[in-house]
Amino acid sequence: MEDIKKPENLVYQKSKVMTDKVLHYCPGCGHGTAHRLVAEIIEELDIQHKTIGIAPVGCSVLAYDYFNVDFQEAAHGRAPALATAIARLYPDHAVFTYQGDGDLAAIGTAETIHACNRGENIVIVFVNNGIYGMTGGQMAPTTLEGMKSSTSPYGRDLKMMGNPLKMTELVAQLPGTYYVTRQAVHKPGKVRKAKKALKKAFQYQQEKKGTQFVEIVSNCNSGWKMTPTKANEWMENNMFPFYPLGDIKVPEEK
Amino acid sequence: MKKELRLMKGNEAVAEAAIRAGADGYFGYPITPQSEVMEHLMSEKPHERTGMVVLQAESEIAAINMVYGAAGAGKMAMTSSSSPGISLKQEGLSYIAGAELPCLVLNVVRGGPGLGTIQPGQSDYFQAVKGGGHGDYKLITLAPSSVQEMYDFVELGFDLAFKYRNPAMILSDGAIGQMMEKVELTEEKSRRTMEELIKQCPWATYGKSPDRDHNVITSLELDAAKQEKVNHKIQAKYRELEEKEVRYEEIMCEDAEFLLVAYGTSSRIAQKAVRQARENGIKLGLLRPITLFPFPVKKLHEMAGQVKGILSVEMSAGQMIEDVRLAVNGKVPAEHFGRLGGIIPSANEIVEAVQKNFIGG
Ligand SMILES: Cc1ncc(C[n+]2csc(CCOP(=O)(O)OP(=O)(O)O)c2C)c(N)n1
Ligand code: SF4
Ligand SMILES: [Mg+2]
Repeated sequence: MEDIKKPENLVYQKSKVMTDKVLHYCPGCGHGTAHRLVAEIIEELDIQHKTIGIAPVGCSVLAYDYFNVDFQEAAHGRAPALATAIARLYPDHAVFTYQGDGDLAAIGTAETIHACNRGENIVIVFVNNGIYGMTGGQMAPTTLEGMKSSTSPYGRDLKMMGNPLKMTELVAQLPGTYYVTRQAVHKPGKVRKAKKALKKAFQYQQEKKGTQFVEIVSNCNSGWKMTPTKANEWMENNMFPFYPLGDIKVPEEK
Repeated sequence: MKKELRLMKGNEAVAEAAIRAGADGYFGYPITPQSEVMEHLMSEKPHERTGMVVLQAESEIAAINMVYGAAGAGKMAMTSSSSPGISLKQEGLSYIAGAELPCLVLNVVRGGPGLGTIQPGQSDYFQAVKGGGHGDYKLITLAPSSVQEMYDFVELGFDLAFKYRNPAMILSDGAIGQMMEKVELTEEKSRRTMEELIKQCPWATYGKSPDRDHNVITSLELDAAKQEKVNHKIQAKYRELEEKEVRYEEIMCEDAEFLLVAYGTSSRIAQKAVRQARENGIKLGLLRPITLFPFPVKKLHEMAGQVKGILSVEMSAGQMIEDVRLAVNGKVPAEHFGRLGGIIPSANEIVEAVQKNFIGG
């Protein structure tokens, strides 16, 4: 085994932009894959020395432990406000937020919309798992109609609990957003596409094009109370029809 | 060099001081009676003068979190507001204190509670000096009583904030924010270079260089034993502040038989009351705390050995009086006199309160 560990045989390795900390995410959770993609892009674009990340409050609150770049941990929902100031004070840096759906689309709605509308030169990575993972599976603004959560135990009743919010379509309407896309990371093909999208987002950010918004529709097998395989199936059959994957706003060709 | 004097409003003085102190960023949201701060900043084009970033945020919550981001990145950042807006900033301040970051916040206090009045108040004392948000933390709290001090305390506030890595607050009021006085301006400093910033704030998120670990700004520590250590470290700073940074002014305290304690606008009226009382043969003095946290506990304790009664004069229902009583520790009677709802007390009323409480008749 040891004698085949040679540089010429190397086909894949963990990004240098990830630390050696063991991820705390539940097995099968999409957060880890999303982290890895962002880290690989930072490495490929050679911007580790000028990347500043902002972690949310949510399952990815400890993102700062996993990325080997300078990081700040925001208050719940406020990551785009922190990123706004940092991007303005460090205009050449690669500033990104990494946020869940509760963080970005409920408590942080105002900060999200206004940062996008001002066109702050940042990347927003938005991991939408339709639920509050961290606090034990409560209903999120993104929870689907009829979807069960600990605070909608009989399924989301739209009359009583309001409608799921398509934040990504909403921010795509704003003049400050440049590139808006929705991706997934549960299958190799989707991972490759998501990586391309994230790379574009970071490249546009480095070209100072404004706000780059990348939603990743993801799973929460713990919150959804499903096995990882079942959760991914459920996501394909229920989340994707309501949150269709693909680019929503692309830069106009010159 | 010739002195540079200018007639300015308190709020404008703060804005001008921020530019001249080399501040990197201001983030705010309009509210009376402090909107002149951002108005003056915007009209001065600090972006051209020093490169300072000024941004009108979508809310006070966003503004304080912009300050949080900037402070985490080692920048000299500030915000200003008035009472209702300061309430909204409490969560952010708690995070900033928890993450041990420096920043400056101006509160031009108006009478409350709720939307209250736009007239001056001092009813945010507790909120300012006892923490205000959740968790065990305090703000370094400076109380200006003139437009000159509004100007001077910007640089002082930033200095203390950076020295102790803790948010500092200038606790002013609507009268001092709005009134015009002559101000002696200092020379404009250029903003720190990146080299200077890194030297002063090696912990900041300015971009990881290959020769160091990544810098992380957080107030989260899930391990209770470690969180307790963090808390002790923060508390140790407060003890050091109490030891080294207490500031106050004594006015006719030397031979005083009775003592007023007042800050900000109240202290200006109290000073008049001291003169008036002395004209009537009452030996009254005034202790004006300049730092409300750290509070001049030792000085007050000492004065309690000299005077026969202490009157805390505040535009509140009685907040600072609690700290006065703790300092005096029952040695002499300590009473409160205050007006509420945006009313400034008169010198007459204060002298009468001294007579009624301590002299009788
Ligand atoms: C001000 C405030 N309110 C509530 C909470 C509790 N809280 C922590 S995480 C969270 C929701 C996180 O959900 P989401 O953003 O969707 O992230 P996920 O865990 O699903 O990745 C909530 C409500 C908090 N930490 N702070
Ligand atoms: S609770 Fe859900 S979102 Fe959080 S780590 Fe587990 S699977 Fe992922
Ligand atoms: Mg979620």
